[in-house]
Amino acid sequence: MLNWWLPENVSTYGKDIDWLFHLIYYITGVTFILVAVTMVAFLWIYRDRPGRRARYTHGSTPLEIAWTVVPALILVVLTLLSVPAWSKIKMTQPDTDFEVLVTAKQFNWQMTYPGADGKFGTADDKTLLDEMHVPVNKVVRVILRSQDVIHSFFVPQFRMKQDAVPGREIRQWFEATKPGKYELPCAELCGFGHSGMKGWIYVHTPDDYAKWAAENLTAGEKK
Amino acid sequence: MSATSAAARAHVEHAGHHELGFVRTYIFSTDHKMISRQFLFLGLFMMILGGLLALVVRWQLAWPETPVPGLGGLLKETGGILEPGQYNMAFTMHATIMVFFVIMPILAGSFGNFCIPLMIGARDMAFPVLNMLSFWVTASAGLIMLVGFFVPGGHAAAGWTSYAPLASVIEYSGVNWGQNIWCISLFIMGIGSMMGSINYITTIVNMRAPGMSLFRMPLVVWSLFITAILLLLALPVLTSGVAMLLFDRSLGTSWFRPSGGGEPLLWQHLFWYFGHPEVYILILPAMGIASEILPVFSRKPIFGYHAMAFSMIGIAFLSWIVYGHHMFVSGMNPALGMAFTVTTMIIAVPSAIKTFNWLGTLWGGRIQFTVPMLNALAFVSMFVIGGLSGIFMASTPVDIFIQDTYFIVAHIHYVVFGGSVFGAFAAIYFWFPKMFGRMTNVALGHLHFWPTFVFFNLTFFPMHIIGVGGQMRRIYNPMQYEFLQHQQHWNVVITIGALGLGISQIPFVINFFWSLFAGKKAPLNPWNSTTLEWTAASPPPHLNWGPTLPTVYRGPYEYSSPESTEDFLPQTAPPVHAGARRH
Repeated sequence: MLNWWLPENVSTYGKDIDWLFHLIYYITGVTFILVAVTMVAFLWIYRDRPGRRARYTHGSTPLEIAWTVVPALILVVLTLLSVPAWSKIKMTQPDTDFEVLVTAKQFNWQMTYPGADGKFGTADDKTLLDEMHVPVNKVVRVILRSQDVIHSFFVPQFRMKQDAVPGREIRQWFEATKPGKYELPCAELCGFGHSGMKGWIYVHTPDDYAKWAAENLTAGEKK
Repeated sequence: MSATSAAARAHVEHAGHHELGFVRTYIFSTDHKMISRQFLFLGLFMMILGGLLALVVRWQLAWPETPVPGLGGLLKETGGILEPGQYNMAFTMHATIMVFFVIMPILAGSFGNFCIPLMIGARDMAFPVLNMLSFWVTASAGLIMLVGFFVPGGHAAAGWTSYAPLASVIEYSGVNWGQNIWCISLFIMGIGSMMGSINYITTIVNMRAPGMSLFRMPLVVWSLFITAILLLLALPVLTSGVAMLLFDRSLGTSWFRPSGGGEPLLWQHLFWYFGHPEVYILILPAMGIASEILPVFSRKPIFGYHAMAFSMIGIAFLSWIVYGHHMFVSGMNPALGMAFTVTTMIIAVPSAIKTFNWLGTLWGGRIQFTVPMLNALAFVSMFVIGGLSGIFMASTPVDIFIQDTYFIVAHIHYVVFGGSVFGAFAAIYFWFPKMFGRMTNVALGHLHFWPTFVFFNLTFFPMHIIGVGGQMRRIYNPMQYEFLQHQQHWNVVITIGALGLGISQIPFVINFFWSLFAGKKAPLNPWNSTTLEWTAASPPPHLNWGPTLPTVYRGPYEYSSPESTEDFLPQTAPPVHAGARRH
């Protein structure tokens, strides 16, 4: 496809979003083609030619009912199909013991790990700038804060986006399915440095993650 | 009414407007047609500015951090290279100007003023002085907005949505007076549009000619009526919001500042509560214009007149309860997001009804490809794309991904340029003969339409593609992101399209001014149309008609009726026999 499409999906719920995206893509695509072909055909067939008189009609009630009810039904079905994915992604929080506190500021992402005691706000917290390391196939809870303006936590490959709002703490989650390095841009205009405000999310295999955590999260505490 | 029409008759007999002198005729005029022309000139002038700002934005996105041609003199320190803050200012002001000072003045201001009295058979607006004030208040707001470009720190740069706290705290954006001026200008603009909307509503309710029942009104009048109601109810929310924003910035209040007990999301609720009806304020008049022009050049009654009117009423009601779809990932309660999905999906239905009825109008017609017709057809087809792409955003899970990407930018431009601007062009070509008494040049009209249509799609269609690829809106340089680098060539294509689109407007400017002074004199009814404005002289004199106002006997779209050997029956044509049909 010449790389023209959605970025690769590497999260558990991303496939639900992509499925809906493609469903809507095909429904709207077919609708567009039908409308466009009809329109072009009408423009050709009914172009002004000498000796023809236009058809005198003010409409048709059965047609009006049909083209009200059919789109309405399609849209109701689309709404119903959107409910489960939305509810799974935004309205429920799977259990996890892996939490990262993300504090956005102009123009960085500050990632805080709770350290060995598993609690935020204690002396063993460890904060990284613009990088987050997580194990693969593990539910990660992101606790989003902002210390100045609104930012938006966007990971294209995870199909994840959530604004960070000053004065609020917003809980989100993701579960990455493939190790790698994924870009984390800010998606909400946050000032002159908005462009280029980005971090990286490193998804490790469990072994690699344990090694990284030992070197970077707990090492400092033992010292 | 009878007293005023007696006075009006006396006035008409003395050839009213010649007595008024230059200032009262051309500057502080209370004549709705002159005010309409003033709004049109204001809108077209601002469109040049808004368009140039868009080209600056596009240059930066295609060839980041290279000197923008023509800006070397303005940006001496960088040799013409746009800095990130200036880039933010350019897109902020592009959208602000296009929405508030181009589309609204042209569609609601100019064509609202022109069409309403002439098409319902009134001599002028209900409150002519208020009408004059409405223009001058709007023009002052425009002037104030322009001043913002010259203050230290530059103009507003927090996006046309001016989200708090970026826009409400000076230190966060570094913009001081620019953002204040933005607030003050929009506050004044809001007052101007309120004056206009009260006038439109009163005029339509009270001043229809004898026989002009509500369901004999042309659909463009319906659309402007509904637009005026939306304006009246939506703009005060914006004016309150920008006042609160200004107070946060200058008086130390904390409406939107969490440290003072405020709530940043309150701004978004206020802004979008105004903002979504605003989208329909921008598109409804264009829908009305298309509904007016398609029957004329299909020589056929509009298909489903009542369905067309009621679907606009439906849109007007629903437009108040869909605004939350702008805030799906804002931190608003996700359960509320679900509710807004339902309403957003439902509002697509009236738009679908309208599209099918436009197609129904073409069916069996005798289609004449005049320049206004081509623009109206472009409106219908581009609006279909803009409408369908909206369904992606209505689905909350999909919106998580495409929110704040170029997919949204593509969508809004298909609706507001593909919809509203093509509608405005259609209206200008269609009513120019009546407005200025001269025909426009057909060859130049085609030379304007075809490249505009092609370059429009070249500019905005690929934005869907880079949006699906994940490119965020409002970024200064896409090359700063590894996941976007592979699609940078599309940004170049888009910018070339945008430059072409800009150049394509030159024939329009030439045509407009050449026709204004040297165009062929327009006959009374050049398009063989049925509605009332074509029974007045071209251009209509002060108070529009001679001593007697037209009387209406039938609906507005009696084309190819079997009652007549001609292919059109004007609304003023008396019934041929007793017990004439309803339409």
